[in-house]
Amino acid sequence: MVSIKWKRENSSDHHGRTLVSLTIVSLIALLVVTTLLSVGLGSLYIPILDVLKAIIGVGEDKYELIVMQLRLPRVVAALLVGAAMAISGTILQALIRNPLASPDLMGTTSGATAAVVAAITIMNGEISVGWLPLAALLGGCLASTLTYVLAWKNGSSPLRMAMIGVVVSSAMGALTIYFTLAGPLHMVSQALGWMAGTVYGTSWNHVLYLTPWVVGCAAIAFFQSRNLNVLELGDSIATGVGMKVERKRFLFIALSVILASSAVGIAGGISFVGLMAPHMARKLVGNNNRVILLVSAILGAFFVLLADLVGRTVFVPMDVPAGIFTALLGAPFFIYLLFKQVNRV
Amino acid sequence: MNSLLSSEKRKALGFIAAVFLLVGATAASILFGLQNFDFVTVIQAYTSYIGSDEQLIIRTSRVPRALTAAVIGSSLAIAGVLLQAMTRNPLASPSILGVNAGAALAIVSMLYWYGAVFSFSQLMWFGFIGAGITAGLIFIIAMIGKGGMTPLKLILTGSALASFASSLNSLFMLISNATLEGALYWLTGSVSNSSMVHTLQMLPYFIAAWIIAWSMSRSLNVMSMGDDVATGLGQRTMWTKVLTIVVVVVLAGGSVALAGPISFVGIMIPHISRWLIGNDHRWLLPYSAVLGGAFLLLADLLSRFLLVAKEVPVGVTTAILGVPFVVLLVRRKALGQY
Repeated sequence: MVSIKWKRENSSDHHGRTLVSLTIVSLIALLVVTTLLSVGLGSLYIPILDVLKAIIGVGEDKYELIVMQLRLPRVVAALLVGAAMAISGTILQALIRNPLASPDLMGTTSGATAAVVAAITIMNGEISVGWLPLAALLGGCLASTLTYVLAWKNGSSPLRMAMIGVVVSSAMGALTIYFTLAGPLHMVSQALGWMAGTVYGTSWNHVLYLTPWVVGCAAIAFFQSRNLNVLELGDSIATGVGMKVERKRFLFIALSVILASSAVGIAGGISFVGLMAPHMARKLVGNNNRVILLVSAILGAFFVLLADLVGRTVFVPMDVPAGIFTALLGAPFFIYLLFKQVNRV
Repeated sequence: MNSLLSSEKRKALGFIAAVFLLVGATAASILFGLQNFDFVTVIQAYTSYIGSDEQLIIRTSRVPRALTAAVIGSSLAIAGVLLQAMTRNPLASPSILGVNAGAALAIVSMLYWYGAVFSFSQLMWFGFIGAGITAGLIFIIAMIGKGGMTPLKLILTGSALASFASSLNSLFMLISNATLEGALYWLTGSVSNSSMVHTLQMLPYFIAAWIIAWSMSRSLNVMSMGDDVATGLGQRTMWTKVLTIVVVVVLAGGSVALAGPISFVGIMIPHISRWLIGNDHRWLLPYSAVLGGAFLLLADLLSRFLLVAKEVPVGVTTAILGVPFVVLLVRRKALGQY
C-alpha cells in the first residue's frame, strides 16, 4: 500500500501543481464570498457592499453595530472553529494512518465537552470564557490519552482504536449529563445548548481567546508538515530517514488535541467536521500534507460557517446549533467511508 | 466454552440464587431512597390504605419504578442475547446498534410534529416502528459491500446511525422548546417518572416477546453456530432471523417508549450470563432476564445516591458501569478478527 501511495504522490506532484493552486485559489474566493454573504444574511438583510463598508468602518451606523458587534464575531468564531477541527482531523488521520480517525472518534471532543460542562456547573457559571479552552484542553487530553492507552495491545490497531473511541465517547457523554445535573438548575439549559455545538452569542472576547491557540498550532502544523508526510509512511521508514519518530509524533498529537479542544472550549461539540474535511481535501488535492492541511482548513471553516448560517436563518426565531447540521451531514459520510475502508482490508 | 456452572443441577441452583438477587433488588429499590421505609409500611400501603404521604410515595412512585426497572432490564438483556446470537457479534446490543436511539427519534419526532396529543399506546407503537426501521436500516447497510455483515461494520454503522438519530433528536427538542426534563429524558433513559398504568399496558407485549424468545432457544443455539451449519441442520435461517428481529424490535422499542434509551444493559448482562452458564440459550435467556432486571434495579438504586438531593438518570449510571466492561470486552474478544 505504501508503494502505491508513493507513486500517486509523485504523479500528482508532476502534472497537478497548477490545478492544485487553482483549486486553492477558487476555494479561498468561495470562502470569502460566503463569509461576506453570511454576515449580510439574517433577520435584517444587509447587502454585501454595505457589509464591506461596515467592516472597513465607513458604513452606516445601524449596519456597523450589527455587523461589527453581532454577526462578524460569530462568523469569525465559526471559521476558526471549523479550521481548527479540520486541521486536528487531518493531523490525526495522517498520524495514525487511519482514515476513520478524527477528534470525535478519539473521544477528544466528548472529553473536552465533559470537562467544560463540569467547569461551568461546578463554578456556577461564574467562570471566565478564557478558562474554558483550558478546561476543554484538559478534558480532551485525558479522554484521547485514555482511548490511545486502552486501545494499545502490541501496537495500536486503527480499528480497535475506533471501537474503543466509540466506547470512551459514550462514557464521556454520560459524565457530561452527570455534571449537567450536578450544577444548579438554571445552568442546565446553558450547558445543554452548548453541548450540541453552537457559536451563538460569541463575542470578540471569545474570538480573542481562540485565535492564538488556533493560529499558533496551525502555523506549527503547517511548517512541520514535511515531517507529517514522512510519519505517514510508517515508523520504520521514518526512523530510516533519521527522524526522531516518538518526539515528532508526540508533537503532532499535542497539536491535534490542542486544536480540537480549544475549538470545543468556544463552540462545544461540533462533530464530524474533523472527519469530513480532510477526506474531501485529499480527494481534491492529492497526498501532500502541506496542501491538504491548507485545503482541509478552508473546507472545515466553510462547513461550520454554512451550518451556522442554516441554523440561524432557516428556523427563525430559533437558533439551532451548528453542530446538529454537521452531525446530520457527517454520519452518512462516515458510513460511506467505513465501507471504503472495510472493503479495502 | 468453559463456564462457571457446568452441570444442570448447579445451573438450576444458580438460577434460584439469581432469582433471589432479583427479589432482593426489587425490595431494596422499593425500600431505600430519599426516604427509607420498612416492610410493614409497604404492605400496609396496599392492605390498609389511608392516603398518608408515605403510602402515596410507595404506591405511585416506588413500586411502579421498581416494576418498570425490572421489566426493562430483563427486556434489554434478552434483546442483547438475541442480537448477539443472530449476528454472532459479542458487541451487538440494542444501544450500540442504534436501535434505542432510532426508537427515541420516532417518538420525539411525532411529539414534535403533532404535540403531546398521543396516548401511551400510540407512543408505544411509534417506538416499535422506529426501532424496526432502524434495525432494518442497520442490517441492510451493514450487509452491503465485501465480506457481508462483519462485526466491525455493524458496530460502526450503528454508532454513526445513533449519533445521526440523537442529533436529530436535539434538533427537534431545541426548535420545539420542549422542557429540559423532556430533553434529558430522551437522550438518556430514566425510570424515575414511571407510571404503573403504562408499564402494565406494555407488559403483555413484553411477556409475549419473552416467551417467543425462550421458545426459540434451540434455534438460537443452532443459529449462533453460523448460517452454514444452521442450514445444514435443516433450519430455515431466514425465518428464524426475521422472528428474532421482530422480538428485538418489540423489546427495545417498548423499553424506549417506557423509559427512554438506556444503554449497556443489553451488552453487559448477556456476557456475564454466558460466563456463568455457557452458550446454551435455554439457560442463557432466563439467566439474562433475571440478572438484567436485577442489574437495572440496582443501577437505579445507585443513581438515587450519586448526587445529593437530586437524581441521576439511570442511563448515566449504566453507562458509567458499562464502559469499563465493554473496553475489556473489546480488548479481549471482539478483536479476534482484526
